[in-house]
Amino acid sequence: MTTRRVLALGAAMGLVAGPALTDTVNVFNWSDYITDEVLEMFTERTGIAINYDVYDSNDTLEARLLAGSSGFDVVVPTGTFLQRQIAAGVYQPLNRDLLPNMAGMDAELMAAAAAHDPDNEHAVIYMWGTTGIGYNIDMVAERLGEDFEVDTWAMIFDPEIAGKLADCGISWLDSPTDMFPAAFAWMGKNPQSTEAADFEAAAAMMMGVRDTVRYFHSSQYITDLANGETCVAVGWSGDVLQAAERAESAGNDVNVWYAIPREGAMQWFDMMGIPADAPNPENAHAFINFILEPEITAKITNYVWFPNGNAASWPMVEEEIFTDPAIFPTEEVSETLFTGVTYDSRTDRTVTRLWTRVRTGQ
Amino acid sequence: MTWRRALVIAIPMLWLGIFFLAPFFVLGRISLAEAIIARPPYTPLFGRAPDGSLEIFASLENFRFLLEDALYRNAYLSSIRVALISTIFALLIGYPIAYYIARAPEPKRSILLLMVILPFWTSFLLRVYAWMGFLRTNGVINNTLMSLGIIDAPLRLMHTDLAVYIGIVYTYLPFMILPLYANLTKLDAALLEAASDLGASPVVTFLTVTLPLSLPGIVAGSMLVFIPAIGEYVIPALLGGPDTLMIGRVLWDEFFSSRDWPVASAVAIVMLFLVVAPIMWLQSVQNRREEH
Repeated sequence: MTTRRVLALGAAMGLVAGPALTDTVNVFNWSDYITDEVLEMFTERTGIAINYDVYDSNDTLEARLLAGSSGFDVVVPTGTFLQRQIAAGVYQPLNRDLLPNMAGMDAELMAAAAAHDPDNEHAVIYMWGTTGIGYNIDMVAERLGEDFEVDTWAMIFDPEIAGKLADCGISWLDSPTDMFPAAFAWMGKNPQSTEAADFEAAAAMMMGVRDTVRYFHSSQYITDLANGETCVAVGWSGDVLQAAERAESAGNDVNVWYAIPREGAMQWFDMMGIPADAPNPENAHAFINFILEPEITAKITNYVWFPNGNAASWPMVEEEIFTDPAIFPTEEVSETLFTGVTYDSRTDRTVTRLWTRVRTGQ
Repeated sequence: MTWRRALVIAIPMLWLGIFFLAPFFVLGRISLAEAIIARPPYTPLFGRAPDGSLEIFASLENFRFLLEDALYRNAYLSSIRVALISTIFALLIGYPIAYYIARAPEPKRSILLLMVILPFWTSFLLRVYAWMGFLRTNGVINNTLMSLGIIDAPLRLMHTDLAVYIGIVYTYLPFMILPLYANLTKLDAALLEAASDLGASPVVTFLTVTLPLSLPGIVAGSMLVFIPAIGEYVIPALLGGPDTLMIGRVLWDEFFSSRDWPVASAVAIVMLFLVVAPIMWLQSVQNRREEH
């Protein structure tokens, strides 16, 4: 995931957390990713005040962390970013004695997240999700027929199919770390490939269909899908479902839903970690432990519609959400999911360059 | 007396030193480093060689990379093109407005001036968002045109170069109008009367008297529009289409997506020189003009 919500501006330009008092905890999380109720409950129970700040992209968070002295106690990067930040020495190991609620975590999901953080030494899953396709049910059926099965990357990568959808508006995430693995999955390549030749081939394939893309953006699609401004968007599961909910409550006859492509889709983990130079590490542990309380995690999932990794909370997640395969994928679908890989700096540069070419068509 | 003069000069010098020169040197130093995975993510300037002696790491590799890669050249050129076209439109729209305000009688003039400045009291970001509301497919412009029966299908206005030009011209128009206005109010009406007494038509009077005399205002206004437009990031990001390539965006990508602070610094330094060059050129042109 790269950019969520509007621009990184607000976050990029400061908003440094206040002075470090012992009875505060400075939390830096994604925007629209928690319910205020939970934050109030934490302060009520522990007496620790929360400075809660939000960002909209991993890049913004990473720039702050790498610059040093960020002043944050708890941050929530996505796994692939976490991995590189650990290598740069950004995090302190978690003290398990202060996190008894970690016992409730789902072993399988934590094992998957350990791909980014061996033995889950530095971080624990906050929420997770998939990168798939949001679509307008009626507009797509009108153009591709009622029987068309939308759970495929062909919706955006097959020139013929994407060509039929282009007039009602297709948007892609402006995030090469999401788009290249998706392209690999569609092309039948290893989605975790780091071969320069694979990236070249994927870029060439995407160049072939870029004329069907109305824009590249990582949050605008939420509003546009909800308004019927666009009909297909590559997006993050919870964000697309948020668009679906907005469309429903607006009552404007727009029906949006989310599909996990059968060729395989990326499963990502947003992980809570504590920076090595956190001013209040003990409060940070208290906050993380509080979030991992089963009823608290359930409250958050019920609000944001992203699945969590806290198995102990699942009985308290609303039935409608827990049984929705678009939110909690079925076992069968889970097997087609893959995790992202962290690119080294050389691959990073290749990927950014190729992506600029795809995005600008030059 | 000289120490007082020194004191007066020292304050702006100190300001420049702290807020311009120091950051510039930091940028320059990072641009000579190499990106690594660390905190901060670039190689240190001083290090220890294997034999224990002090070593300095610095290379112009990043600048060579900028020269070799067509992307940066295209982005610089396209930024200059966008800035230039926007400046021309701002001038074409701003000049008549400034002229009209300068010629308006007093109470009206103040009100008109206030109307030029008024939009600044709201956030710049909000104003760009307002334009998104106008330009989008279901937006104000398309809906109005459709309900009037002028068009059948909505026009593609958002995510185009046109939207970027509209956004930049709209945002920076006051910077064009205000210096032009300041210049045009000083214009001596007697000169215009003399020209017309001597038989010049209004058009000739404008071209031979008003326009040349307002040149300093045109230059000042154009620079105030051109310079921020080159490095513009927000407007193309919000209104522009996928193929709007501007250096501000490339810089953002290098810094945030590639995490390559050294290359990003090099891009910024080259951009600084690109912006400074036209200013120096205009200054020298103006100085020469004044000598005549």
